Amino acid sequence: MTDNKKSSEEMKAELDDLNARLSAAREASKPKVASGYNEATTYGRATRLVAELIAGILVGVLLGWYLDQWLGTKPWLMILLIIIGAAAGILNVMRAAKQMVQGGSYNEEGK
Amino acid sequence: MAGPLEQFEIHSKVPIEVAGYDISITNSAISLAIALVILMVFMLGGMRKAALVPGRWQSSVEMCYEFIAKMLGDTAGHEARQFFPFVFTLFMFILTANLMGMVPWLHLFTVTSHIAVTFALAFFIFIGVTILGFIKHGIGFLKFFVPGDAPLALLPLLVIIEIVSYLSRPISLSVRLFANMVAGHTMLQVFGGFVVSLAAAGGIFALGSVLPFAFIVALTGLELLVACLQAYVFAVLTCIYLNDALHMH
Repeated sequence: MTDNKKSSEEMKAELDDLNARLSAAREASKPKVASGYNEATTYGRATRLVAELIAGILVGVLLGWYLDQWLGTKPWLMILLIIIGAAAGILNVMRAAKQMVQGGSYNEEGK
Repeated sequence: MAGPLEQFEIHSKVPIEVAGYDISITNSAISLAIALVILMVFMLGGMRKAALVPGRWQSSVEMCYEFIAKMLGDTAGHEARQFFPFVFTLFMFILTANLMGMVPWLHLFTVTSHIAVTFALAFFIFIGVTILGFIKHGIGFLKFFVPGDAPLALLPLLVIIEIVSYLSRPISLSVRLFANMVAGHTMLQVFGGFVVSLAAAGGIFALGSVLPFAFIVALTGLELLVACLQAYVFAVLTCIYLNDALHMH
């Protein structure tokens, strides 16, 4: 009986040891700096920024076009919304650029 | 000779018409189905044995899994784990579809070169993420559109800009993937055309056809990179949008 108990205690110690080593290994395999956007290549970043800018203007044009058709205010809402869309596009680009520069800190903030 | 944009044309292979609607099986639909089969064979075949020490096939499946799991954790935090199956499926599907178009000779149709496909994916994500935001934060999700430190007089304008910026998300997501695919495949076709017409011109021109051919080789390498990269960017942005909906910045 005592033998059995002792072996279970030994087992526990062994398991604890394994646990410690496992968590150490997990810690070691974690990246030093959280890499969200850092891994993407320059080409990936460039296409992202361009698409963000164009999408903003495109949404402005489409929204303005349909609102004008609906409300019969051609062409005023479209003109207004193109400007707002361009502003939104620039805002998108600024946000995307910020995410790219911050990389790690952006991710920590998210948790 | 085929024009550079002809490769994107949709032809119906099996004409079907139901109640006046044309629901023929097209080359696009066939490619979608093939992508699905390739993906299922790859994933299920890789996990068939589920060995503790993975073989080559299982290893490549596990690499895909770990890559996306890490990316999801890094960009959207721990709470987003429950959306892993969705992001993983999305990434693997776009990757398969992109890479399928890069196989020479087979002339498989690249489904991601059609805005209808990419916009459907992006719009689904957009709607899903918005619903998720409202479920998570209730009506408080609307605060997402109100910038924190703005003077009161500018607030209405800024809210409109924020809303337009939010609406532009599915468009930027879909246009980027679609434009990259169309541009790459068109370029390959154009330079392929140069090779043929230079070779047909004969004499000294035929020697010149080596140049565009060498360029095609380089371009194919670049396009393989773009195919993987755009699938990755699509998945990363989905994670960022998930993060926004879960944590509101």
